[in-house]
Amino acid sequence: MIALLMRDLKLAFRAGGGFGLGLAFFLIVTVMVPFSVGPQSELLARIAPGVLWLGALLACLLSLDRLLALDWEDGSLDLLATAPLPLESTVTIKALAHWITTGLPLVMAAPVLGLLLSLPVSGFLWLVVSLLLGTPALSVIGTFGAALTVGLKRGGLLMSLLVMPLYVPTLIFGSEVARRGAEGMTVQTPLLMLAGISAASIALLPFASAAVLRVNLR
Amino acid sequence: MSIWEYANPKKFLATTEKVMPALWVSSAVLIAAGLIWGFFFTPDDYRQGSTVKIIFLHVPSALMAINAWFMMLVTSLVWVIRRHHVSALAARAAAPVGIVMTVIALITGAIWGQPMWGTWWAWDPRLTSFLVLFLFYLGYIALWEAIDNPDTAADLTSILCLVGSVFAVLSRYAVNFWNQGLHQGASLSLDKKENVADAFSNPLYVCMAGFVLLFIALVFYRTGTEIRARRIKALMARERLEA
Repeated sequence: MIALLMRDLKLAFRAGGGFGLGLAFFLIVTVMVPFSVGPQSELLARIAPGVLWLGALLACLLSLDRLLALDWEDGSLDLLATAPLPLESTVTIKALAHWITTGLPLVMAAPVLGLLLSLPVSGFLWLVVSLLLGTPALSVIGTFGAALTVGLKRGGLLMSLLVMPLYVPTLIFGSEVARRGAEGMTVQTPLLMLAGISAASIALLPFASAAVLRVNLR
Repeated sequence: MSIWEYANPKKFLATTEKVMPALWVSSAVLIAAGLIWGFFFTPDDYRQGSTVKIIFLHVPSALMAINAWFMMLVTSLVWVIRRHHVSALAARAAAPVGIVMTVIALITGAIWGQPMWGTWWAWDPRLTSFLVLFLFYLGYIALWEAIDNPDTAADLTSILCLVGSVFAVLSRYAVNFWNQGLHQGASLSLDKKENVADAFSNPLYVCMAGFVLLFIALVFYRTGTEIRARRIKALMARERLEA
């Protein structure tokens, strides 16, 4: 399992593009927002949590395309499926590698980008916490979407369509935590819901992803 | 004698063909009766005037939009567990009907909302969760269309339907939490004192029954079409083999 994780991480770092792309996209979205809504800092501060969450989500979505498709193309996915490791854990490791290469950098970049959107200082902590709790769910749900469309030739667009509605609850609770944190309100309820969604997704979705992948590799 | 006998496509076709005319006629009669009763023989509401009458389209279609997905969930489970092809085809046949019902509910809601709330659209929990439901239907249908092998498609869409159902329920509660909306509570329920007035609820029940029957008729009809389309495909494949 660790070997597989290291392999995926190495591939992501060395193959270039994939690793930095999500981060660059996040940066672009954030930088473009003030141009489209105007530079008033009160307005920016009010929409900053939502914009940062949406940017992180889209950046995540952008990188899902490569999650399984590359292994599918060169045939290593078939090898992984026949390996002694159960497919469920293979899929979990894939999601974990995706989170380390996409989610974690997004979490770390978010405070800096929050500065650009004049997010109030009190909001930084909860923004980071909400992203830290929420991005694993995004990765696991995205892995399910990638597994569904892995055999299709132009699956990327279809995958976005399939994954988007599944992202709705995570996005709502995640940005709610960040928004309430920025406004100094109590965050307990959405925080617990967000954590619950993440935990349940991580616990259950790998089974669905593995089942779907078995069908696709049949 | 068990319900699984109808998993045999031949038996399914024979049986549905017998009940189809009755289904079409009764659903048409019920919907026509409900709509005419509702539009011409109910009083105007004291606050909403005559606009209240769109309820006879709005509520039944919303009801069927949700129940169509629920039916797809059940048939998907049957396919995953017992692998009856008719079940998977019924789920496939129900999806377009469900998405049309969703669209009718959204459009009639917008037409109703304009004079009542002064807006075509509001980010209200009920409205938003219907929009999300619409997205679910869209993804489900797109996935069916994208895959060539029918068994693979049935498997993948079934699992998508199961996962999607969980997330659809989650979204429902999430948007409830996210925003408190304009939409009124349920119009009809068994355990509440305050339902809509009898003058409105009786034709509404007739309309709802009509929509349920119409949905069943459409799903039977479309499932039959799917079965025949598959037979044609099999025949053509055999012909090509022999040629």
